[in-house]
Amino acid sequence: MTTTNSEAVLPAQGIEAPRSGRIDPKYLRSNPSSGSFEMVAWVFMRVSGAALVVLIFVHLFSNLMVGEGIHQIDFAFVAGKWANPVWQFWDLTMLWLAMLHGTNGMRTIINDYAEKDSTRLWLKSILYSATAVIIILGTLVIFTFEPCLVDDAGNLMDYAPSFCESVVN
Amino acid sequence: MWSWVGHRITGVGIFFFLLVHVLDTSLVRVSPEAYDAVIGAYKHPIMIMGEIGLVGAIVFHAFNGLRIILVDFWKQGTRYHRQMLWAVMILWFVTMVAFSIRHLMIFFEGWEGF
Repeated sequence: MTTTNSEAVLPAQGIEAPRSGRIDPKYLRSNPSSGSFEMVAWVFMRVSGAALVVLIFVHLFSNLMVGEGIHQIDFAFVAGKWANPVWQFWDLTMLWLAMLHGTNGMRTIINDYAEKDSTRLWLKSILYSATAVIIILGTLVIFTFEPCLVDDAGNLMDYAPSFCESVVN
Repeated sequence: MWSWVGHRITGVGIFFFLLVHVLDTSLVRVSPEAYDAVIGAYKHPIMIMGEIGLVGAIVFHAFNGLRIILVDFWKQGTRYHRQMLWAVMILWFVTMVAFSIRHLMIFFEGWEGF
């Protein structure tokens, strides 16, 4: 949006934006009470976006571009990664920022295209429910994950990463 | 205008993949067998092409997003927004050539056939 709005520079030069001051307040899109939330959301999109570029590029590089790439991804690979608190924190931050960034983007799109109040309400209810479920589920998975699974006899299972051998025995 | 449309479409696509990706990763809490079976689907040739498409969407959204940040916060941002869009497209192309070659080479090296 900012890319096409070249008129935005005019007020800074002392020229008022078109029709400013001549519109009945009831037709104005901006609502003073929701102003600060939208401002916080706008800043959040830029701050989280910049962080996500780093978080996701490193995530993609370390999982797909080094070692055996896509073929190395299995239970033991995930277990090996989450044995390191740095990767736990990395994935947790990525989960929260990406979900909130994506949810706010979807909220913007719903506001833009769903014209009926009831449609907007329904779509946003579904969106926020899905977001809550995914964030809570993902957070629990990262923190309750058990990498060194043993069978009933107490022996380490085949899927366990190699570092488990020193932990169990 | 088209960069704005592209940003929206890639954003929505990435969002839905993210929902699926958290769900498939959550299978590590179900059982190693369940996780390995589902993640195995990502190693199918069709999914390899899908991954290149997904990374293409992510890389465009990332670079164009950085351009939006520069337009908003950099003094000369609005003046150079068009040049920056060219930079986004060139960087996207270079990144995607590198990613696609590496991803396909790794895929063919370890591929055991259908």
